[in-house]
Amino acid sequence: MADATRLPTTITQVSQGTAAKGGIGESTLRPDGTLKVTGEFAYASDLWHEDMLWGCTLRSPYAHAEIRSVDVSEALRIPGVRSVMTHDDLPAATHYGLEIQDQPVLAKDRVRYHGEAVAIVAADHPETARRAAAKIRVDYAELPPVYDEESATREGAPLLHPGRDDHHSGHVAHPNILHRQPIVRGDVAAAKAEADVVVRNDYEVGMQDQAFLGPESGLAVPAEDGGVDLYIATQWLHVDRDQLAPVLGLPAEKVRLTLSGVGGAFGAREDLSMQAHACLLAMATGRPVKIVYNRYESFFGHVHRHPAKLTYEHGATRDGKLLYAKCRIVLDGGAYASSSPAVVGNAASLGIGPYEVDNVEVEALALYTNNPPCGAMRGFGAVQACFAYEAQMDALAEALDMDPVELRQRNAMSQGSVLPTGQEVDAPAPVAEILRRVKERPMPPQRQWESSPSEGAGTGVDVRALPGGLSNTTHGEGVVRGVGYAVGIKNVGFSEGFDDYSTARVRVEVVGGEAVALVHTAMAEVGQGGVTVHAQIARTELGVSRVTIHPADTQVGSAGSTSASRQTYMTGGAVKKACESVREKVLRLGREKFAGGHPAWTEGAELRFEDGKIVTAGGEAVAALADVLEDEAVEDEVVFRHRPTEPFDLETGQGFGHVQYSFAAHRAVVEVDVELGLVKVVELACAQDVGKALNPLATVGQIQGGTTQGLGLAVMEEILVDPDGKVRNPSFTDYLIPTILDTPAIPVDVLELADEHAPYGLRGVGEAPTLSSTPAVVAAIRNATGLALRRVPVRPEHLTGTGTGADA
Amino acid sequence: MRVTFTVNGRRHEADDVWEGESLLYVLRERMGLPGSKNACEQGECGSCTVRLDGESVCACLVAAGQVEGREVVTVEGLADLARQRGETPAEGAADAGLSPVQKAFVDAGAVQCGFCTPGLLVAADELIEHNASPSDADIREALSGNLCRCTGYETILDAVRLAAARTGQPAGAGAPDAGPDAGTSQGGAI
Amino acid sequence: MEFLRPASWQEALAAKAEHPSAVPIAGGTDVMVEINFDQRRPGWLMDLNRVPELHEWETGEDSVRLGASVPYSRIMENLRAELPGLALAAHTVGSPQIRNRGSVGGNLGAASPAGDSHPPLLTAGAEVEAESVRGSRRIPVEEFFTGVKRNALAEDELIKYVHIKKATGPQQFSKIGTRNAMVIAVCGFSVALHPESRRVRAAVASAAPTPFRATEAEDFLSAALDEEGLWDSDRIVPPSVARRFAELCSAACKPIDDVRGSAAYRRHAVGVMARRTLTWVWESYRNGGRGGARNDEGGTRCA
Repeated sequence: MADATRLPTTITQVSQGTAAKGGIGESTLRPDGTLKVTGEFAYASDLWHEDMLWGCTLRSPYAHAEIRSVDVSEALRIPGVRSVMTHDDLPAATHYGLEIQDQPVLAKDRVRYHGEAVAIVAADHPETARRAAAKIRVDYAELPPVYDEESATREGAPLLHPGRDDHHSGHVAHPNILHRQPIVRGDVAAAKAEADVVVRNDYEVGMQDQAFLGPESGLAVPAEDGGVDLYIATQWLHVDRDQLAPVLGLPAEKVRLTLSGVGGAFGAREDLSMQAHACLLAMATGRPVKIVYNRYESFFGHVHRHPAKLTYEHGATRDGKLLYAKCRIVLDGGAYASSSPAVVGNAASLGIGPYEVDNVEVEALALYTNNPPCGAMRGFGAVQACFAYEAQMDALAEALDMDPVELRQRNAMSQGSVLPTGQEVDAPAPVAEILRRVKERPMPPQRQWESSPSEGAGTGVDVRALPGGLSNTTHGEGVVRGVGYAVGIKNVGFSEGFDDYSTARVRVEVVGGEAVALVHTAMAEVGQGGVTVHAQIARTELGVSRVTIHPADTQVGSAGSTSASRQTYMTGGAVKKACESVREKVLRLGREKFAGGHPAWTEGAELRFEDGKIVTAGGEAVAALADVLEDEAVEDEVVFRHRPTEPFDLETGQGFGHVQYSFAAHRAVVEVDVELGLVKVVELACAQDVGKALNPLATVGQIQGGTTQGLGLAVMEEILVDPDGKVRNPSFTDYLIPTILDTPAIPVDVLELADEHAPYGLRGVGEAPTLSSTPAVVAAIRNATGLALRRVPVRPEHLTGTGTGADA
Repeated sequence: MRVTFTVNGRRHEADDVWEGESLLYVLRERMGLPGSKNACEQGECGSCTVRLDGESVCACLVAAGQVEGREVVTVEGLADLARQRGETPAEGAADAGLSPVQKAFVDAGAVQCGFCTPGLLVAADELIEHNASPSDADIREALSGNLCRCTGYETILDAVRLAAARTGQPAGAGAPDAGPDAGTSQGGAI
Repeated sequence: MEFLRPASWQEALAAKAEHPSAVPIAGGTDVMVEINFDQRRPGWLMDLNRVPELHEWETGEDSVRLGASVPYSRIMENLRAELPGLALAAHTVGSPQIRNRGSVGGNLGAASPAGDSHPPLLTAGAEVEAESVRGSRRIPVEEFFTGVKRNALAEDELIKYVHIKKATGPQQFSKIGTRNAMVIAVCGFSVALHPESRRVRAAVASAAPTPFRATEAEDFLSAALDEEGLWDSDRIVPPSVARRFAELCSAACKPIDDVRGSAAYRRHAVGVMARRTLTWVWESYRNGGRGGARNDEGGTRCA
């Protein structure tokens, strides 16, 4: 090796905008882009330390079993093995969790899901660690699994967590119900009596995986002070630290985390995976320990999107006015709590969609089962509901013989509408408008497989443009086009009274004669482009061109999670606020230095920071920023909070629960081979209100990426779990995500209607497009086939009436 | 065992290689070349794509011992490869020396988390080497072995179109639309 | 684990004789997955990349002698005219990267019921040349697959060549995947017209424990084409005949339910592919494919 170590701390990202350029609203390029295209960018799995060991995890082959004994003696005898740890070797706290500390660091006495960690090994080479793990003898006695609502709540059902005393245990009807949130508004019974049309259906959503490409990885380095330095790919450094410190038996300040390169997240890095294991092994051996999951282990290493069973009933007048809506949403939370309670809150509060409905009864709950733990994934509880309520809108439109877009527009919420939670939507909510925009787009040309230029002989059929693609299943036979629409509503930021805040430290100083800014936050850059936006904000607020983004670590206050579409709002807001504070300090400094100079200093006139200068409102330069600063560095660390929210009432669901809402609409155009049940999505157009696009290029990138994950859920992505709780397809061979040949053109129409409560009027972007994409694609397939399609992903079996087996 | 082969024009040697190690592992963990990525290790994502004697292959599926005496080009060698083909490297303080494909990925916004990027770059580079003006369908087919989870592929298509257009330019001619006007970027050394 | 690097075919045979449990590795597209995921720890890995003849092919009068390690991308590029069915199938294998490494020899060695190259070998007519230090033999491909991931090779034998009959009429291949690229077959189907013998061959993958020829369907269709005098006419295959052919192909399947698809779907899809691919080959036969070794892919840009 050329280097003794490869650690992320050695990366400093410098962005440079030319004068007066590179501020908010421009499509500046990623500061880490060059490192990422040269291969130099250090992702968690790329880290390397002299003398480091490799960690490996032994996992349960059963979904539910008693552990009668664990014998590690043979494993310890293998040359090169430095440590083997089981539950009995844990030094301090034995459990962790985001909301409820119910997850064992290593299983004791009982495993509750297929793939649960039982023991960990550190060795000189990954193969040695694997061989040692295979030599650990675990005596399991299988227990009957709990796998759905019926098996979880029937009399005598095994309890996943006997003796629960968490804050939800008091209000649930059964200990295997993790959390339940009803929402009641108006009088559904009375409204039902008035309804001309009632549509009631059951829906199902399969278990989706985030399938980020960079597997769970990290490097733990024991420190001389008895603490540990962890270089890690995560979504929230501080919440990792706060879960780790008790497990390691260390004070928080001795658990120092630094963000490494993160290969995507999408919710899958909210919970701990290998963090505690690597730190424990590092502390036990006194050596750096690296753990890198492979793809198989990754499927067991993180939570998934909750599979859901949903029942919806809508009643409407003959002219399409929604009178009431009822729904019941059952989410399978799997063996441990993760963020299931918050997912329940989202599913309930967003369960009716972006529609005005005065009479509502919602019940959402999450179960404890022996299935894989489920938690955060892009869309977070709103995805499952959106699939169902949008299918209902289409079913209702059909029952009313009405255009499905018109029905939606007739009931669309707008600014001032009141949600089923009683919360008034106090920012623009252009639901009808975004539907209009996708509907009015020109249609993609028909039969594009014929229009491609012919290469070679024949009629010029290009199978790449047909369902089945390269597999050569049709040359046009059986292909029917369909068009579908959907719209969704997603909250932005943490909700239900959570103290959601972010911290930023900003410094300006003179380097090489030029005033430059340093932005230091703990925000996890997972690919979304937060680092780009922070530099843009600093340029806009401080008038500098050079901005350095300090590596994210726990040496600065928490930035909160890179989740819930919140980081541009929250850490962006914190950077803005810190810049404002720095600006005030600089002006104080300037007034001290230049009191006798330009009159603007003393008149209390408004002064702006532009192009490295301090200028009057009229644009007259009063001083160069560098001259004000001279040798001094001006710095401040500030905390930014969004306006407070409140918990939903546990019986009525009423409450100001969410801080902001985000809306996207899609039109899907698909071509279905109706004989073979294969689907080609031809175009997936999106319109979304983003409040303010701080970086239009990155904004569109988020929308296209989110749209594609929704497409995946519509037609291919599902973790299949046996009735006995075993995962059947933990690989990229059998868990399929869209390739470039499955992904259509994704034209994006960005609206910028400012939300006055948010920094720059912006609105969180990342999640909303993941919601409406799925139901739009399925609506288009329904349109092509005439089938009901109440479950996603839609499989060829569903389209050809050849079910059983995998989808039974 | 000992394995010796050429990577990006330089002879590399690795000792004590376990016989089951892949080319990917040896590049990443023994030769200090972690650019090729470990996303699936089963040939289903393309993140570890390298050129082996000129062919694009998944480094995770090549046994290290099979590479003895052969030539490998990784993402770290793309700029040199472009130079050898007579392509003009990017100019400017920040991204000096990037190959046209690398530069186009930055400019087009084709990089988000970036984990798929090295493999896509190697595959796209090979495509343009063989087909100077690929159609969209050609690009999609050539990149159908490279998964991306972040972008929805639209900006990747943009990047490859841009790179092909720039590569097709005679040396010295101005590059076509360089993408969004933007601040340049620059990274510190690792 | 030991890594063997025979520099010649003779060395490879000797090594295999000495270590019968040695696992041959060429493209690595199956073997390395098993090693990476700790599913296989052979005592010996034997690299065949250094054996030149395995990477070569030779086109003879009636057949192509295909080296066991010739990658799919070479077949797509160079053998479309001689082996159109196989070239089409090669194009559906994995990804461009996989096609640069994977080979027919590897596919046969793994003997997966889902192997994409198997149906076109069955419909074209092929023999597997296996060799050991004891000598060489040719195994008809119909007899090669003996069970799920099992084949007729003795433990000291290696596959050297596959001898595949050159096409004398149109051939087709089609496969079902639940994604538009880079996908393992839910099921696969190949059909080949043999105008010189007035026979049609049809073969199916991933719908039974082994790839197989749908002989009853072949017999029915060959007889029907003869009876109706269609070989020498310019007429289409009557829909009722195509339908019956498809039904017989479906009926020959013995599929299972698994994560990739249901048994019922596989049976159904084989029927649809049979009907469509028959239409495509017959169409190109009518358009001049008769009697010649013309590669016609139904005018499709796909190989």
